[in-house]
Amino acid sequence: MPNLLIELFSEEIPARMQARAADDLKRLVTDGLVAAGLTYASAGAFATPRRLALSVEAVLAESPTIREERKGPRVDAPDKAIEGFLRGAGVSRDDLEVRDDKKGQVYFAIIEKPGRPAADIIAEVLETTIRNFPWPKSMRWGSGTLRWVRPLHSVLCILGDESGATVVPFSIDGIKSGDSTEGHRFMAPARFSVSSFDDYCARLAKAYVILSAQDRADHIWHDATNQAFAQGLEVVEDKSLLAEVAGLVEWPVVLMGDIAEDFMGLPAEVLQTSMREHQKFFSVRNPKTGRIEKFVTVANRETPDHGKTILAGNQKVLFARLSDAKFFWENDLRTPLLDMVAKLANVTFHNKLGTQAERVKRIAALAEEIAPMVGADPALARQAAEVCKADLSSEMVYEFPELQGLMGRYYAQAAGLPQEVANACEAHYAPLGPSDDVPTEPVSVAVALADKIDTLTGFWAIDEKPTGSKDPFALRRAALGVIRLVLENGVRVGLLSLFEQSRHKADSQDLLTFFHDRLKVYLRDKGITHDVIDACLAMPNSDDLALLVKRAEALQAFLKTDDGENLLQGFKRANNIVRQAEEKDGVEYSFGPDPKFAETDEEKALFRALDAAEAEITPAMDAEDFAAAMSAMAALRTPIDAFFEAVQVNTDNQVLRRNRLNLLNRIRQICLSVADLTKIEG
Amino acid sequence: MTNKQELPGSFQEIILRLQTYWAAKGCAMMQPYDMEVGAGTFHPATTLRSLGPRPWAAAYVQPSRRPTDGRYGENPNRLQHYYQYQVIIKPSPPDLQALYLGSLEAIGIDMTMHDIRFVEDDWESPTLGAWGLGWEVWCDGMEVSQFTYFQQVGGHDCRPVSGELTYGLERLAMYVLGIDHVMDMPFNAPDAPISLSYGDVFRQTEQEYSRYNFDVADTDMLLRHFEEAETECARILAEPATDPKTGKRIIMAHPAYDQAIKASHIFNLLDARGVISVTERQAYIGRVRALTKMCADAFLETPAGGHAA
Repeated sequence: MPNLLIELFSEEIPARMQARAADDLKRLVTDGLVAAGLTYASAGAFATPRRLALSVEAVLAESPTIREERKGPRVDAPDKAIEGFLRGAGVSRDDLEVRDDKKGQVYFAIIEKPGRPAADIIAEVLETTIRNFPWPKSMRWGSGTLRWVRPLHSVLCILGDESGATVVPFSIDGIKSGDSTEGHRFMAPARFSVSSFDDYCARLAKAYVILSAQDRADHIWHDATNQAFAQGLEVVEDKSLLAEVAGLVEWPVVLMGDIAEDFMGLPAEVLQTSMREHQKFFSVRNPKTGRIEKFVTVANRETPDHGKTILAGNQKVLFARLSDAKFFWENDLRTPLLDMVAKLANVTFHNKLGTQAERVKRIAALAEEIAPMVGADPALARQAAEVCKADLSSEMVYEFPELQGLMGRYYAQAAGLPQEVANACEAHYAPLGPSDDVPTEPVSVAVALADKIDTLTGFWAIDEKPTGSKDPFALRRAALGVIRLVLENGVRVGLLSLFEQSRHKADSQDLLTFFHDRLKVYLRDKGITHDVIDACLAMPNSDDLALLVKRAEALQAFLKTDDGENLLQGFKRANNIVRQAEEKDGVEYSFGPDPKFAETDEEKALFRALDAAEAEITPAMDAEDFAAAMSAMAALRTPIDAFFEAVQVNTDNQVLRRNRLNLLNRIRQICLSVADLTKIEG
Repeated sequence: MTNKQELPGSFQEIILRLQTYWAAKGCAMMQPYDMEVGAGTFHPATTLRSLGPRPWAAAYVQPSRRPTDGRYGENPNRLQHYYQYQVIIKPSPPDLQALYLGSLEAIGIDMTMHDIRFVEDDWESPTLGAWGLGWEVWCDGMEVSQFTYFQQVGGHDCRPVSGELTYGLERLAMYVLGIDHVMDMPFNAPDAPISLSYGDVFRQTEQEYSRYNFDVADTDMLLRHFEEAETECARILAEPATDPKTGKRIIMAHPAYDQAIKASHIFNLLDARGVISVTERQAYIGRVRALTKMCADAFLETPAGGHAA
């Protein structure tokens, strides 16, 4: 069976899009082939800066013939009916067969769809694929209407086996398919023909192109680590940079260069960020000192001088970049921290929420109030909050926004502020995601909470809430941050009071509902079901997230036990009976039942059990020992079951009936004091 | 791309070589636009001519002004006034990348020794209502040009698509000439009877304009001029298409566009004076974009914009 090779050769494809594009090419083409009846053994896709390639092994040479039978009208049916059938089936009267059927003799049409040669199908599939390719961004060029990520220059499409290959004839917007491609743009620009995938790979390699991105990345990493190792150094691992760099070259040549001594005083993160963001350099570290001493750059070619000119050029660019960084760093260090803070008065945070300076003032006041709740010194929390955004007006952060926080820590340290304050400058942004570390130092926790609460209440107050997929101010992330800060540090605080303490007039209940929604998402990942959360949300103090979660965890565990499940059924039965009676009678059965009307032993036993349970549950609830409260509740299971077994609630004796309904209500009340069990499903 | 060139000796030689190269490739050698602009793209030879169906090929040097980049002539490569070299070809030819690489060879960059890379960089000009896809071109890790296929200008789809090349001349020349501080770069031949450095030509003006841009420009006057340019632009375009004097159809897209350019530069000056807040910024950019859009609409109604006369 023949093998198929496709290459789409274009101008430089953005590195970040290449891997996904190779996958899309494979998926779209192979899905198209299979849908048309062309199965295959295996397929592999590849990308370089200038080409997407797909190799499909052992494709059927043609699609199978499909035979279909269709039952028609009876032989003696009117001509009109028979003609209609012929039209619908697309056959002539000669193609009809007469067969015996239960109803007599009936026409059958035999429709045969002949198989089609693979080349025809491939040409169609490839055209559809190119025209509908899901590039994140595509463009037109010249006078054409075709869209591709950058101008598409040639299409290689061959189908063949060991004995040779032929071009799959095909043309799209003036580009004719062929069997040739180009090598490296500079090192081997001549066009050459290929006869198979193996031949393609081999010729590309000779023409200075490594087809596989993984091979290029491996090559880069291998050479870089070797060169570093030879000098007793190590390359700082950076997988996303490696993938990006592998997408910028077809023929990677690793070059290691020096960082001038002048820049060694810069924080390692500044060196790394500047080199990675601007130059796509890897940092090379001295493992003994932790200092970044060299860099690795990856060129796209070999040169007669073994990269000397290229390295010198790169070094020069780096020198200019790091001179800038050093200039920023030194200027920033010369600037008193309070001057940076003062400059925040000129920076708008949001036009309805004032300047960064006003924001800092609010955060500082709030942090001071939160401090005692998290075990932090209020004065330190205030001080930390007052300087926590200072670095936003530093030159370094203006240049490298991703260094915000980190530079704040360095500058606070340099200003001789207490270590907790410096740490808070960096840590108060955390956690930024669901897996990010949560700060634990009390001062950092206080500032982190204050910052996020101020943001949330602020945007709530001006009605800029997240909607659908739109969350431009990352408020969901901020709320999750608060949730994790509170829960993972065991902070006991009512969120509503915090909202009130903030300087914004936000709809606190609405914001709390937003928090509860985020909490549900957070707890769902921890195995707590939504109905359990709802049952706990209905309880008082549901703005105390630590309490809420404690209750939810106990309830989830309780419901997993036999007693828990049965008690839930008992509760639901009691609740249903009381509710139906209440609806029917139009009264509420909330009087205390009187044991003197208890007739049966089971009824009396239930009275005793309820008294006993209540005596245990009340103190347990006061101590927030939900597990103990629920296990006391579990003790009700047997007497409740026995009661329902032996006692008819709705008797004709109205006094007894009323007393029993009030007794069921007591069950209801006791159970509901632990959690709103009516919300539990099942 | 194999004939090796001798290295140029001065800033102006690099400009002359680019001129010679692109003239030989058939571009109309245009001259700088006689107004203050922030980039070569603002020249009507690019902004307006990239609109409509008619073929176009032009190249020119454009002095460009970025008031906020002023450093009193002290920064090694930041200037409030610098030169861009601009090439615009419509429709973009299939060998535009090769043509571009040829221009680098023409100014003395030896392709066998250097590492040239096309790194994704999508271009967008909010004030021009324009965007395109392309790259920044790196030579040994340094950005030497911007290479863009225009997709939209003034809110209109570009059909056909123009290819635009923009070279930052000072930076490129400093690299080719091996100069570390722009002011030290030879402007004319170092062995000329009166040899001049870039600093001889521009150090003083950089100082003067830095002071003016940052501290002296009259912001009240500028705000007023901004509004006037805006009003004038709209007024010009509101005139009827037929000139009552000649009886001819004369839509004044270019005079109106001059006012848009003016508004854009005034906005840049106001920005340098620090009187535009972050939120106002967006509003000003939107106002300039609205002007450019009106001019683009009008240009498409003119013969050069493809309107049947």
